[in-house]
Amino acid sequence: MTVIRTTTGPRFARLRGLGVFRGELLVPNEDIIGPIDSSDEWIRKMTGIATRVRAKPDTSVIDMAEAASRQALENAGIDADEIDAVILSTITFPHITPGGAPVVADRLGIDAAAFDISAACAGYCYGIGQADSLVRSGQARNVLVVGAEKMSEFIDPADRSISYLLGDAAGAVVVGPSETPAIGPTVWGSDGAGAHLVRQTASWFEYRDNPDTPFPTLYQEGPSVYKWASFKMAPVALEAIEAAGVTPADIQAFIPHQANMRIIDQMVKQIGLPDHVAIARDIVDSGNTSAASIPLATERMLRDGEVKSGDLALQIGFGAGLVYAAQVVVLP
Amino acid sequence: MALSEQEVLAGLAEIVAEETGIDTADVQLDKSFTDDLDIDSLSMMTIVTLAEEKFDVRIPDEEVKNLVSVGDAVNYITTAQA
Repeated sequence: MTVIRTTTGPRFARLRGLGVFRGELLVPNEDIIGPIDSSDEWIRKMTGIATRVRAKPDTSVIDMAEAASRQALENAGIDADEIDAVILSTITFPHITPGGAPVVADRLGIDAAAFDISAACAGYCYGIGQADSLVRSGQARNVLVVGAEKMSEFIDPADRSISYLLGDAAGAVVVGPSETPAIGPTVWGSDGAGAHLVRQTASWFEYRDNPDTPFPTLYQEGPSVYKWASFKMAPVALEAIEAAGVTPADIQAFIPHQANMRIIDQMVKQIGLPDHVAIARDIVDSGNTSAASIPLATERMLRDGEVKSGDLALQIGFGAGLVYAAQVVVLP
Repeated sequence: MALSEQEVLAGLAEIVAEETGIDTADVQLDKSFTDDLDIDSLSMMTIVTLAEEKFDVRIPDEEVKNLVSVGDAVNYITTAQA
């Protein structure tokens, strides 16, 4: 029998370099409270958000992904031709096909494998899990993982469920080979029974076929999502810590998806993180930027000196699907 | 064994106090969670989740809107336990 050859790769992978792009406009609560008949005080109390970053009208999700990617490549110190796969996590690239990843890759001068993933606010951690496997299997030398969202294209200014939380941004990281373990096992899963909890208000067919249907935007059952994220995600986070062979005391940073400060606070309590663990709270200034929020928060913590390269961080993404993914990583 | 109404009320009051800082003595059957105790929708979900754990009952999300008063919650839990 003829035996085919398969790839073999390095034993370990790591995050090599991070890049971000924040929407150019800083939008304070005062600018959005009118249509939702709310107040700065209420938004801060319910979400912790003071401002959210939003992109200019002529800045596309691809533009943001490209900018973050260029920075990630530069910080990783590698050339575009060393990237063997580009994974773009987005729910706001406005085409059913083609995907956005090949377009981003082309702008960067990359002709390697490129594909989108739709895992909403868990997309970045899904991408890291995939990239880790691609590198360690030898299928790719380096993988560019990008989370990019222009959420403001899919909001209803009068919606009180989710629109006021959302921001526009992109985060990118290069995953490559490592001599030491630097990305723990990804603990991931889904709960499709909760698919209705975060959703588009109408399908494209409903929009096409019914003239009374407004342009589809995002909607969430806020309290139910809060309950799921706050209480069901803590065991997932603990599982990721255990899978990495460490304990909460070994972690220097907790970087959850920046969905809502109330969720972050409750998760910290439920996980039982020690006081020394730095908690990502970029949501205060950037809002909820979906797949971009974890790399954005990571960059912020590194820049502010809350954490440093080489520290251990627990990151967890969770969102529409419902889907979730968590892993312990060594910060780049 | 199912708990009495007073036992459920006492347990629920402890949860409310833990989540909000409200004195347990103020958590009475006729008090409205929102109007009297100023508990918002997210804190309410925390209270519901902790109550599910404490009393070993399930309170579906869609039922939470019907739990207007503390008495509603106590009745729901007491019935669910039976």
